[in-house]
Amino acid sequence: MKIEKNAIPALKNIPHWFDIVSDKNGNSFTGLRAYRQSAFEDFNRLGFPNKKMEKWRHTDLSASLSFDYSLATQDFNMQDVLSDVFECDVHDLESFVVNLYKGRFVFKENNLFTLPKGVIVGSISAAFDQYPELIEKHFGKYGKTDKNAFHALNSALFLDGLFVYVPKNVIVEKPLQLINAVGASDDVFVQNRNLIVLEEGSQLTLIHCDDSYNYKRSFTNSLTEVFIGDNASLDHYRLQNINNNSTLISSLVVEQERNAQLSTNSIILNGGLIRNETYTKLNGEGANASILGVYLADKNQHIDNQVFVDHAVPNCTSNEQFKGILDDYARAVFNGHILVRKDAQKTLAYQNNANIILTDKAVINTKPFLEIYADDVKCSHGATVGQLDENALFYIRQRGISEDNARMLLMYAFAADVTQEIKIDSLRDRIEDMVKKRLRGELSICDQCVLQCSSPEKYNFEIDMSKI
Amino acid sequence: MLLQVKNLHVSINGKEILKGVNLEVNKGEVHAIMGPNGTGKSTLAAVIAGKNGYEITQGEILYNGKNLLDMPPEVRAQEGIFLGFQYPVEIPGVSMTNFMRTALNEIRKYHGQEPMSAKDFLARMTEKKDLVELTSKLTNRSVNEGFSGGEKKKNEIFQMAMLDPQLSILDETDSGLDIDALRIVAHGVNKLKTKENATVVITHYQRLLDYIVPDFVHVLFEGKVVLSGGKELALELEEKGYDWIKKETENHSK
Amino acid sequence: MAQDDKQLIQEVTQSEYKYGFITNIETETAIKGLTEDTIRFISLKKTEPEWLLEYRLKAFAKWKEMKQPNWAQLKIPEIDFQEIIYYAAPKRKKELESLDQVDPELLDTFNKLGISLDEQKRLSGVAVDAVIDSVSVKTTFTETLSKHGILFCSFSEAVKNHPDLVKKYLGMAVPPSDNFFAALNTAVFSDGSFCFIPKGVRSPMELSTYFRINAANTGQFERTLIIADEGSYVSYMEGCTAPQRDENQLHAAVVEIIAMKDAEVKYSTVQNWYPGDKNGRGGIFNFVTKRGICKGDHSKISWTQVETGSAITWKYPSCILSGDNSIGEFYSVAVTNNHQQADTGSKMIHLGKNTKSTIISKGISAGQSQNSYRGLVKMTKRATNSRNFSQCDSLLLGDKCGAHTFPYIEGANKSSIIEHEATTSKISEDQLFYCQQRGINQESAVGLIVNGYAKEVLNKLPMEFAVEAQKLLSISLEGSVG
Repeated sequence: MKIEKNAIPALKNIPHWFDIVSDKNGNSFTGLRAYRQSAFEDFNRLGFPNKKMEKWRHTDLSASLSFDYSLATQDFNMQDVLSDVFECDVHDLESFVVNLYKGRFVFKENNLFTLPKGVIVGSISAAFDQYPELIEKHFGKYGKTDKNAFHALNSALFLDGLFVYVPKNVIVEKPLQLINAVGASDDVFVQNRNLIVLEEGSQLTLIHCDDSYNYKRSFTNSLTEVFIGDNASLDHYRLQNINNNSTLISSLVVEQERNAQLSTNSIILNGGLIRNETYTKLNGEGANASILGVYLADKNQHIDNQVFVDHAVPNCTSNEQFKGILDDYARAVFNGHILVRKDAQKTLAYQNNANIILTDKAVINTKPFLEIYADDVKCSHGATVGQLDENALFYIRQRGISEDNARMLLMYAFAADVTQEIKIDSLRDRIEDMVKKRLRGELSICDQCVLQCSSPEKYNFEIDMSKI
Repeated sequence: MLLQVKNLHVSINGKEILKGVNLEVNKGEVHAIMGPNGTGKSTLAAVIAGKNGYEITQGEILYNGKNLLDMPPEVRAQEGIFLGFQYPVEIPGVSMTNFMRTALNEIRKYHGQEPMSAKDFLARMTEKKDLVELTSKLTNRSVNEGFSGGEKKKNEIFQMAMLDPQLSILDETDSGLDIDALRIVAHGVNKLKTKENATVVITHYQRLLDYIVPDFVHVLFEGKVVLSGGKELALELEEKGYDWIKKETENHSK
Repeated sequence: MAQDDKQLIQEVTQSEYKYGFITNIETETAIKGLTEDTIRFISLKKTEPEWLLEYRLKAFAKWKEMKQPNWAQLKIPEIDFQEIIYYAAPKRKKELESLDQVDPELLDTFNKLGISLDEQKRLSGVAVDAVIDSVSVKTTFTETLSKHGILFCSFSEAVKNHPDLVKKYLGMAVPPSDNFFAALNTAVFSDGSFCFIPKGVRSPMELSTYFRINAANTGQFERTLIIADEGSYVSYMEGCTAPQRDENQLHAAVVEIIAMKDAEVKYSTVQNWYPGDKNGRGGIFNFVTKRGICKGDHSKISWTQVETGSAITWKYPSCILSGDNSIGEFYSVAVTNNHQQADTGSKMIHLGKNTKSTIISKGISAGQSQNSYRGLVKMTKRATNSRNFSQCDSLLLGDKCGAHTFPYIEGANKSSIIEHEATTSKISEDQLFYCQQRGINQESAVGLIVNGYAKEVLNKLPMEFAVEAQKLLSISLEGSVG
């Protein structure tokens, strides 16, 4: 078998884990076992991606895969972890919080809630038992196990994840916050699987956080499938702040129906190796996707953003904007792909990736790619790699502001294009504050957690207009 | 008769904009078409010039006795119809000179004339430029690219002068112009007036008609010409406002 | 056709036979297929020195290990490399006796191009004395040029007369194993041109390969080597306006440019190989490797191309900016119509300090064609204070074609700036209507707007090329709108 021949340590236990997982989870749901089996075969065929593949040219996983990780196949005592995970809370952000720990759903009493107006939130494993008809309709329909090795691996091995169902015309007022916290006692291998279903005319805000408690190594492979029905709207955030020993592969796969709105914003503050893949299929006229991201990387960090927007029908719009600041030896990759299919006339698509490089050791590889088969379209893209504007720096300093603050101000202004699009005020304030701290190199061990408990400190950051 | 619009009904996306317009223009005449916003003035101009996207459901337009509606827009232009655009379009990379020379020679070709020599063409450019006080700097640029609002309108009259049309339809040429620019534009139009051509001025305000004095004024309201008269009609309209028209029409229908 | 013309053609045709032109060609045995023997045969025929044969054989050995690249956005029918004739055996078309037998559509194209009758006869494969003509033109060139110490000759002559120069620079910009088609070219190239501009010399005239390529009519694997020594300047034009009426034919050329300190080379191409018919039958596969090295400080290499022909184009004229303060430029207009496919662009590799590169690419797709821009901009760590600006625009005419943009951008130092912009759109209805309203018919209007759109690039061409290129653009797009 291919896996045995392969010398990648992370591969060693995969067949064993597969045997355990496929016997264990969600077996009351017919079809899951077969689905896992076929995904496992796909993964065996595909193997882990390597640098010879076009989409992985600049992201080398070999270091991340050189460890013998462990999958939390054993049940653990909820009481032991509850004290950890439920203490944190985002300042001022009133939200409904669910936690994943080592890829398992953490709950006090109930692992699947029904909120008012029929909204369902909880463990996807539990949903397999309780809502098989909803699962049947959407689960596994958007991820690409036959082409994407990490989708296949996730499908074969996932232990649990978040399931959300929002019925027709229901607007969920409170943001829903999903926290995947890593940092267990051993090098943990996490396979989270989430499914978000928004029926016609519904609305949801989802904040997906990946955090570390400590400096323990981890490998997370998360796959989130999303269905956004006619006129429904998802406001989605990825907040990523994991330690430098950790690897995170985070896939978001979306299908948008008529007039469906997707807004997804990735805030990448820290991580050893982070790769975000975002796929959206604009499958109904009038659908709109806004895909934003900001990444701040230093040391040996590696940040990779892959975006694929599939304009399958006419009259849809998409907007992509990614901004990054790279320090030290950091590497960043951006690979944007807009596909406008043959009859997708009147498409409006925009794609931009802007980078600031602060050292001669940092590297950016960016490839904004347009593939267009319809003529009545307006598509444009841009990419820049540069530095802070020297004239502007001088101008600010000439008004009496220190060089460091002037740099900070310009970097912050650079990132603000993306951060100011955060629609929840308290979250935006928090993130902007964290970006400032991150840029100052003051993001402490405590800040490793996005849910930092202490009240946000106000920096004297704004320009004193009276001096100008 | 130069232009004859007979019972013209026009729809856009199924919505009827013109509901039976009649208009007759003879050589040597200046007509003004007035009316509140959204009443179909620009639609009428666009349909005469042959813009796409309008459905002619009923009626006809004759030009020198020929059926205009069968002609593509460039043939209408070659036949002598000029439309001064309300919002002149920018065409990056195409120089004014090249643009005008191509246009002029295509029109000449249509009439069986030889292309104009480069020398004559440049002389004509210089002459017509002065008419609307357009600087050479502007004519050396790409068509309308980076022109101010006023420059774009002057450029329209300059092109009208260059092409020497028989029927000029000026769509809201006064909008966005300051008084000086307005005077220059109007002066240009008056200079170009002969016994052999005609002008249709479309405007919302009476102001322009102080400078371009019409022989006939038509009021277009809700897709129909509801009132026609001499230049005094414009003044009456100015005094009483468009509400007066509204009442008049309502009374009439009662 | 006038009686005089017929007579003239008859005379010319006969005179060609009289001079034994055809006979001469028949003596060359056509060899099909590619083995070491083929290469030895080519080398022997050309009485090449041993080192060049070795060089070819090494390239061949490498080629055999390589695979045809498949990463481009192209659908390339399988090429049987053993079915290709590699030396001196141009598939000789049936001789046409007069212009009357030439496809009227082709003649119409010529008229629009403003090519004189004589030239028409030559280009359409009617045997006339143009071949002789072009040699004499070239001879005149050579004499004038030699006064300035400029070497400009066929590659074979260079191998004979200037072996040291050839040995020193051949393969410097495009090593034999660089890519599949470059390796193939290195193994089997038949001829090409060689140009050396000595220190401090500005070439007094544009150098052109236009005539020679037409005359040769065999140049499927030509090799061009241009060396500009310190402080020299040359503008070099390559015209491929020879329409071919044939099945798919492989054209795998290599062009190398080496610019020493303070030297400048401007290389312009108007490529109009036969693109195949309206149904996508026939046409040239144009798989060309063009690369320059700005070796010395303050050197400059500028590529300008107008690509309207070929069934498939795979071509990325590139600059390696090795010297400090060196400059690389790439200006391109690529038009595809009917079933044409183009995957073209540039690579700018910044190695030296304060290096600058500019990429302006204008793609125009019509019919059922696919037009891709593919480019690489790489700023290495050493290339401090360097600058790149790229602009890649695509224009779509019709809803059956495709336009794609693949820019690869790598930044690896803190003082360089890379900017890439791209847009994809169609000709606006408003622009068209505006032109039509001024009495310009739709076809002319499209021609005007497209020329305006491509102007930034056309302006970079030498005068005589620019006029031709402008006409070509309009012709290539005929019947694509409406």
